Amino acid sequence: MHDDGPQPALGDSLGASRRPAGALEAEVLAVLRAAGTPLSPGQVRERLAARGEGELSYSTVVTIVSRLHAKGLLARERAGRGFAYTPLDAASLAAGQMSRALDTGADHRAVLSRFVSGLSGRDARLLRGLLGDDGQEQDGG
Amino acid sequence: MQLLVYLPLLIPALAAIAARPLAARLEPREATWLLTAATVVLAGCSTVALALLVASAAARVPILAELRHYSQPVLRRGDPTSAVTGAVAAFVLTGAALAVAITFRYRARALAESYRRAARLHDDGAVVVVPGPAIEAYAMPGSPGRIVVSGRLLQSLDEAGRAALLAHERAHLAGRHHLFTTVAYLAAAANPVLLPLARAVDYTVERWADEHAARVTGDRRLVAATIGQVAMLATPVRRPAATTLGIVAAQSRQASARSRRISVAWAGPVPRRVAALLAPPPRTQTLLLAVAVLVLLVAGVSALQAARDLHALLELAGGTH
Repeated sequence: MHDDGPQPALGDSLGASRRPAGALEAEVLAVLRAAGTPLSPGQVRERLAARGEGELSYSTVVTIVSRLHAKGLLARERAGRGFAYTPLDAASLAAGQMSRALDTGADHRAVLSRFVSGLSGRDARLLRGLLGDDGQEQDGG
Repeated sequence: MQLLVYLPLLIPALAAIAARPLAARLEPREATWLLTAATVVLAGCSTVALALLVASAAARVPILAELRHYSQPVLRRGDPTSAVTGAVAAFVLTGAALAVAITFRYRARALAESYRRAARLHDDGAVVVVPGPAIEAYAMPGSPGRIVVSGRLLQSLDEAGRAALLAHERAHLAGRHHLFTTVAYLAAAANPVLLPLARAVDYTVERWADEHAARVTGDRRLVAATIGQVAMLATPVRRPAATTLGIVAAQSRQASARSRRISVAWAGPVPRRVAALLAPPPRTQTLLLAVAVLVLLVAGVSALQAARDLHALLELAGGTH
């Protein structure tokens, strides 16, 4: 995963002490975009420090990533006891909004053709019966 | 006219009962066209029938009749539509018009939003991967339309499974399947009795895409297994249920093919799609199609005939007018 050039520009000149919340969010986003893999808040904090952004408290980083997640700019997944965060690009953002729309509106659901919907318990049993017929299912999981 | 005018109201009820068995038996592409057309024709007929009831009752309202110089005795002899029937028909007709307008508004908005969002997505390749833990895959109508798949789902599938999934979603976009369902639901809004037909179209477009995926990948069982796998992944596992599931699954494996066929016929769309893919490819059912088209024609002709009867009656009542 490569570090793309332009990101550090934001932080370096600003110094670590008093920065508006927007600038901190931008720095955290830059770190996550440069990482290429999901990062925990602890890792984000380390990388911020490594970039010469100064020390931020762990709870500050958690607050920032939660806020970014709430804004829909980050995706998160469970990692151990906490979460690991990934930035969303423009395409994913639009798709993510669409997914949320899919969860809310019946009409959105109707316009988008989903591959499958969830199963009832009875349907799941039937499905296992159908696919389990000749030997074990092909799917590895 | 009396009997003829009620026929277009009766046939939708029969069609509603026949929709699901037809969707299961007919070749999916033909089923989609037939069921969509049926929904539109029958909704049109029942709307015409309602309008006729309103018109023939309205013609007997003294003020209106005088306005058009209709002869009351002639009207009374020719047509026994009571004022109450006319009023009820007018009420239902108004409701239908409203329902169509509302449905149209929502659908148009959802489609416009889908087009807008699809346009904002990257131009490289049609597949958009959404990060995050969701198990999600869908076709997003637009120009060009997009296929959205969650990263976790892509990771859970092997190469062949991914090919099956993408072929399925591409078929939705290429066949403009959202137009069929939109038209069917609009028509069903005019006559809610037709809702089972619109739901059957939802199912047949899925089958259409499944059959396309089976042709593209050349492996029906692969498509069936992929649908099953994704459906299982998309279903949140409830722990206690999962253990009983294992036991029942073992039992159901021993269940006779016949009893399974019966239970599949009453199951949700996923087991029905999987069962259809595990069966031989569907073939054109000429006789069944012919009968269905014939019934539609009867409905259409009877609505037209009723309209002509009413017209003739009003001409008669109006004298030389």
